[in-house]
Amino acid sequence: MTDNNNLDELVKQNQEALDAHTRESVQWHFSPETGSPYWLEKAKTLDFNPLTDVNCFEDLNKFPLFEDDELRGGPVDRWIPKALLGKPTYVFETGGTTGIPKSRVVIDDFRIDYENFSDTLPDESFPKGSNWLMLGPSGPRRLRLAVEHLAQYRGGISFCVDLDPRWVVKLIKKGKIDEVKEYSAHVIDQAMAILGAGHDIKCMFTTPKLLEALAMRLMDEGSSIEEAGIKGIFCGGTEFTQQWYRFAREELLGENVYITPTYGNTLMGLACGRPFDPADDYKITYYAPQPRAVIRVVDFDDHTKVVGYGETGRVKLFTMTKELFIPGFLERDEGEREVPHEKYPWDGVSGVRPYHKIAQSTTVGVY
Amino acid sequence: MLEIPVLRWGKPYESFDQQEVVHFETGEPLAKVHQANAGLVKMDMRKAQRARDLLREIPCSKLLEICKNAADLYMTAELPLGNGKQTPEEFCRIQSASTGMPEWMCAGNMKKISFVLENMESILDSLTRGLPLDILTRGYGKEERGVMMSYQANSPVLGLVLPSNSPGVHTLWMPILPMQVGLVLKPGSSEPWTPYRMTEAFYQAGIPRECISVYPGPHDVGSTVTELCQRVMLFGGQQTIDKYKGNPNVQAHGPGFSKILLGDDVVDRWEDYLDLLVDSIFQNGGRSCINASGVWASRHTEAIADAIAKRIGPAGPTSMTDPEAPLAAFTMTGAAKAMNGQIETGLSEPGVTEVTAKYRDGERLIELERCDYLRPTIVHCANTDATLANTEYMFPMASVVQCDQKEMLRKIGPTLVCTAITEDQQWSQQLLDATHIDRLNIGPIKTNALNWLQPHEGNIVEFLYRARAFQNEAPAAH
Repeated sequence: MTDNNNLDELVKQNQEALDAHTRESVQWHFSPETGSPYWLEKAKTLDFNPLTDVNCFEDLNKFPLFEDDELRGGPVDRWIPKALLGKPTYVFETGGTTGIPKSRVVIDDFRIDYENFSDTLPDESFPKGSNWLMLGPSGPRRLRLAVEHLAQYRGGISFCVDLDPRWVVKLIKKGKIDEVKEYSAHVIDQAMAILGAGHDIKCMFTTPKLLEALAMRLMDEGSSIEEAGIKGIFCGGTEFTQQWYRFAREELLGENVYITPTYGNTLMGLACGRPFDPADDYKITYYAPQPRAVIRVVDFDDHTKVVGYGETGRVKLFTMTKELFIPGFLERDEGEREVPHEKYPWDGVSGVRPYHKIAQSTTVGVY
Repeated sequence: MLEIPVLRWGKPYESFDQQEVVHFETGEPLAKVHQANAGLVKMDMRKAQRARDLLREIPCSKLLEICKNAADLYMTAELPLGNGKQTPEEFCRIQSASTGMPEWMCAGNMKKISFVLENMESILDSLTRGLPLDILTRGYGKEERGVMMSYQANSPVLGLVLPSNSPGVHTLWMPILPMQVGLVLKPGSSEPWTPYRMTEAFYQAGIPRECISVYPGPHDVGSTVTELCQRVMLFGGQQTIDKYKGNPNVQAHGPGFSKILLGDDVVDRWEDYLDLLVDSIFQNGGRSCINASGVWASRHTEAIADAIAKRIGPAGPTSMTDPEAPLAAFTMTGAAKAMNGQIETGLSEPGVTEVTAKYRDGERLIELERCDYLRPTIVHCANTDATLANTEYMFPMASVVQCDQKEMLRKIGPTLVCTAITEDQQWSQQLLDATHIDRLNIGPIKTNALNWLQPHEGNIVEFLYRARAFQNEAPAAH
């Protein structure tokens, strides 16, 4: 059997697993015993019966597009499946620079997502038992708790430095660039203090812009990320381009520091990057954590139609965990559809960037 | 296809991000320009001092010779450009194709740049008020009259965030290298041609490659250049100007709101100055900040407006290769339409009349498949409060405004070039004292007639160098 046949077989198996997982999820979220008030109420407005008419992943196209405005405002417990009521619950926010932010209630999903992600990290670059620096937005977002759990799951302790992107966006919109610089310097000051305090930090989560700022500060002080003791960086949260990836590897970090790009959000969990291959010109391809979340690259004009491999389309997200069911939501991103990989035998997406029609009106990459 | 790399202190860098520059009429790709990311700029700026150190190793006198050679190379040589080469004719053709400027105007701008480079010695002598240039190199020295002078560079490099549509403004950064300050250029997306050709001409003439960086790229590259260079010259609209108002590190160039004021003592002879009025409004496609956008007088304004309109109203677009093509195209989708809409709104105000309409066949706005044109427009404003009395657009458009002479200085607002045609000594003194006028011409001088021995929107020497006290011996007791 050739490698291609192997991959084909893996893809087939995963598709079957995805179909089974879809059926199971729909039964869970639409059953009167276990489902959430939101979906049980919504089912009354549908022109089909999810419990009988959804038998495979493709059947999710029967649902209308999920509008993220549904996540704004309360009561948030309408999202909690009855079977999970009473468990300790978090609420994580996304957006919210203006108006009411989108909220997602979470019980265990962030832990499961980050444990799964942990299994994709190479131990030599993210040594088990070593401590972490989490340099990025915390507040009402899930990142701080998630990275903290990741560190703990791997036997370490996470030190956190916060940055509030909502404040930065406000400063930028007011043209207060000096204050943005001052705030950024304040954040990096704290990271420098932690790195210099003998906490034996070897791993880090941060965003591209903060990594750039930290690396430059260390260089200004005659040091480097590597000399500061960092071996592995998991980086994401804002746009992470192929060119920036190359710049980071070639100039910012040096060859002994490992960096892995990630793409994620409060609804999806954490997509993993295809393993780095220099022959691939630093191309970044993400694979969603199937079957808990699924990404499809769909036609800009018809979200039920998946584009061909290598073609460009909008990122459509499906989430199917015990805690959350999202049967198709158009992300604010676009990219190219990529073929499955042996490690991730399902569709991937590369070149992820803000959807061209809304990119110009969005303040991105502030942190 | 022509591929143009980023230049990091002279070293070509091929980026994964590239942007196509296309022909504005056909959409045909002209070149792929590699795009820098902000991190590259941040990384490179750490070595900015090296650019100045290397330039200081070359005496200013030698740098002036290099400028002359660069002028010649720029005008006549086939110079490397990315993976190709470019003759001066090809340069004009490609610049016209991406910016919408007729080829003859592109050739005219080349001549301006070359003129500035050739005459750099006189220009610097004038701008520095005769300072021996080795004082800039050493930081101090005595003038011929025996006075100790000291000048300190405010920055090892000048950052430039350049425009896409106005090749003429590149003359402004030509004096930087002979003043031993390095260049960090962020070209406009449709006009990478002048920065690259000039850079190559400087290299070939003997400027060390490490003294110039060229970073084409998205918006954040421009903002990083602006943030990290301690001295920056940038080009933009009024919003940009307002944003950097009061920032001593940034010299922002935008619309000029340049005007011609006719004094009461000459206004009855306005016909004698009609050529001057027309040329000031119309030359270079009306695109420059030094083109007049207003003619102010206390009487005869309707007749003046009509006479100008009669001369320029019939002009319309022709081929880019037409040696007399009067208009430049608008290559950015929707820009001309938006300006036209603003003008129409302004025309609905009381006392505002368009005079050109009767002299042209058809509408002001000409919309083509891939570009638009705006035909010359002269507006008469019977009062100074009209919105169009003080606006500026990048095509031959001017308002002829009726205003009492004694009110003019109070009403004209910030003015880059003011030509006041008058022999009235008292008014002339008031004009000289007016701080909202940048370049002042008293007498019949076109607003767009530049004397390179004069400062343009601030003295570049004062911007780059700080005069300060310096002593290397104890002062005499007093």
